[in-house]
Amino acid sequence: METDTKLRKFGRVCEIVDKYDRNPSKLIPILQEVQKEYRYLPEEVMTYVATCLDMSPARVYGVASFYANFALEPKGKYVVHICDGTACHVKGSGAIKEALYKKLKLSGDKPTTDDLMFTVEAVSCLGACGLAPVMTVNEKVHGQMTAESAEALIDDILAEEADNA
Amino acid sequence: MENKQTIIINGREVPFNGQKNLLEIIRSANIEMPTFCYHSELSVYGACRLCIVDIEGMGVVTSCSTAPKAGMVVRTHTDKLRKMRKIYMELLLANHHQSCTTCAKSSMCKLQDLAARMDVKEVRFQKTGCEKALDTSSPSLIRDPNKCILCGDCVRACDEIQGIGAIDFANRGASTTVVPAFEKDIKSVDCVYCGLCASVCPTGAIMPRPETEAVWDILHDETKTVVVQIAPAVRVAIGEMFGLEPGTISTGKMVAALKMLGFDKVFDTSFAADLTVLEETNEFLKRKEKNEKLPLFTSCCPAWVKYVEQSFSDILPHVSSCRSPQQMFGSVARETLPKTLDVKPEDLHIVSIMPCTAKKFEAKRPEFMKNDQPDVDAVITTQELGRMIKQAGIQFNQLTSESFDMPLGFKTGAGIIFGTTGGVSEAVLRYASEKLTGQKPDPDDIARVRAKDGLRVHTVKIGEAELKLAIVHGLKNICEIAEQVRDGQCDYDFIEVMACPGGCVTGAGQPVSHDDTAKELRARGLYNKDKDLQLHNSDDNPYLHRCYQQHLGDIGGHKAHELLHTKYSSRKRFDDVEFLISEEHHQERLGVNVCVGTSCYLRGSQKLLEDVMKHVKKQDLHEQVEVRATFCFETCDHGPTVRVGETVMKKATVETICEEMNRQLQVLV
Ligand code: SF4
Ligand code: SF4
Ligand code: FES
Ligand code: FES
Repeated sequence: METDTKLRKFGRVCEIVDKYDRNPSKLIPILQEVQKEYRYLPEEVMTYVATCLDMSPARVYGVASFYANFALEPKGKYVVHICDGTACHVKGSGAIKEALYKKLKLSGDKPTTDDLMFTVEAVSCLGACGLAPVMTVNEKVHGQMTAESAEALIDDILAEEADNA
Repeated sequence: MENKQTIIINGREVPFNGQKNLLEIIRSANIEMPTFCYHSELSVYGACRLCIVDIEGMGVVTSCSTAPKAGMVVRTHTDKLRKMRKIYMELLLANHHQSCTTCAKSSMCKLQDLAARMDVKEVRFQKTGCEKALDTSSPSLIRDPNKCILCGDCVRACDEIQGIGAIDFANRGASTTVVPAFEKDIKSVDCVYCGLCASVCPTGAIMPRPETEAVWDILHDETKTVVVQIAPAVRVAIGEMFGLEPGTISTGKMVAALKMLGFDKVFDTSFAADLTVLEETNEFLKRKEKNEKLPLFTSCCPAWVKYVEQSFSDILPHVSSCRSPQQMFGSVARETLPKTLDVKPEDLHIVSIMPCTAKKFEAKRPEFMKNDQPDVDAVITTQELGRMIKQAGIQFNQLTSESFDMPLGFKTGAGIIFGTTGGVSEAVLRYASEKLTGQKPDPDDIARVRAKDGLRVHTVKIGEAELKLAIVHGLKNICEIAEQVRDGQCDYDFIEVMACPGGCVTGAGQPVSHDDTAKELRARGLYNKDKDLQLHNSDDNPYLHRCYQQHLGDIGGHKAHELLHTKYSSRKRFDDVEFLISEEHHQERLGVNVCVGTSCYLRGSQKLLEDVMKHVKKQDLHEQVEVRATFCFETCDHGPTVRVGETVMKKATVETICEEMNRQLQVLV
């Protein structure tokens, strides 16, 4: 149940800071583990972590915003990465990205849907150039995509979600 | 002399002795090295690279981060070094918003100064990044990130001297900025408005918020009577705006200039400082007699007051209830001047000239307003006054001295030395000692009080009584003592706190000085002024006693309390951060908000929160109850704080919370 998830997440944050003895020099591993729980680093949670570690929230934010691996905005349940490395780019990954942006009403500045279902991001080489153009959905690799097959993939997910609801 | 060590700088032998880095030695040899990120009082950062030197066998290194070794052969201004520096300057300038003609820092700006010195005539690089928004949220400071050159001086000053860390670097690469947490505006975080960041900033990226336009408007309104008060530290620094040495006492010229600007009466905040001495000393002696709520902390520094409200509210009862001299002046002027000057209360305007940015914030505190009218209408800094004098075309240096108006312009030397660290303590000692023993305090004690260390502790004897004093400047130095007081582990009697390193003379509103000796010279100016005056004990101020007789009644009495004292309370460090632990906001559910702000956290609110969550789970109350964590209800001194529905519970325990929850749930059913 949803409530349980939230309770559990906050409980985990408490466990994580305790596990690292509230040691400010362990900020990065702490943030990594916290991010696993929330899929991003919510402002309130960073403020709480700062309080626990007796650090200034400005410093915690500074660290979190420095590393590309930390997400400061909520991410969707499905994170779609479209490869924009050279091979994929040449084979038309741009069109796939535009198609998904259009379908989900997203853009480079607004990568996540309001219902927090999808995040679409262009990334550099996913290391699967043989399958270009490539996209991943929650790390699962889909190769030789076209705008149409990418849209179909999204439709499948939406259908599945609708079934579960 | 046998272990006298030397290095060779530009072919000449230079001795050194204890300097931490090459830069200091080079400067000691009268060679000016350009620097942006070096401050002798802060840690070494080594980012601007302007201080590069060429050392034989080592090549080009930054002198600020290189330790001296005897025999080093150093060159500071070779052709190569000059060219490299010029390129660094151009790179800095490329990303800097070059709006010098409209920048308030112009003529005091280090970037401008060094660019001219290095003879930078063009900038060959393209600007990267786009325009960033100004932060005008605070009453004290304006941040313009477009002018920031990322030297980090402000970040280190706030962290290392004030121990706050309200601003820090964020993001990376071309998007790097210096910002408050989560890129909020400065008003929403725990900044205390001391302005230290603005004083160390080499550019106009952080500046005191100007109020000169408001003051011009007031002055141009013919129907108003405008009076002005001047803080002690202003008179020893205003001259610097006109090329005079730091510490030059310019009181008379300043009074003349203010009259020329159109102020009707010119008064002295030092009068109110004398008033503070009487009120605060009596408050202190009463506490000492009853041995309660000791130590007593001074309350004249608004940055310190904000700090203690947001970070140590448990010790608020230890903070003197006295208003600061600025605010004492404000309330006494509002009370007495309409009659003395024969003006309608609503036609009286009160302006302050302060060395300080936090005073701007203080004047706007609701405690110091009556029916929406602030006691002090506008606060301008020494810098702003200098600019107004220039705008009016007044030839400051040519002016003939004029004197303050009476009665609120009369002071003793005790009211003057308030402007430097140790000054408040010394003023209190002078009064207390004469009051209790009829003797002046021991000169040795005074010498120790006048020392300059960031924290000095000293026991003085007054007659039979022993008093343990602590004098602190720089808020980082107060942290440990504040913790001891909170834990009941501190046996001091009296603690003077000023946020600015050196006291008000170095305030962020003072003229910008790149000269390390300026604060020393300004402090000396105040002590010299004290010597020049006839009286040195606040109690000898005849106008003060007349003021008590005519308006205030007894020292510490009823009327005095109403006008000269105040009450402070807990304040949150961050604006509205709340997070749900249960699901999305459900208005109809009973909200249980547990405070996890710093103070409550230290009192065990994490455990409390976990226990409440367990209880909710065990009793299966998810459908009725929504658990939230909140940062600070501003009742930190009675934490842990929990709000159940509309009921705020102080010193909450899991038992009392569950009881209250059940009670309210039953009512709901
Ligand atoms: S005004 Fe003081 S507390 Fe605020 S950011 Fe600047 S140095 Fe820090
Ligand atoms: S705001 Fe000023 S002091 Fe701070 S990093 Fe930027 S230029 Fe340096
Ligand atoms: S002063 Fe040495 S690198 Fe900036
Ligand atoms: S920290 Fe301020 S009320 Fe809890």
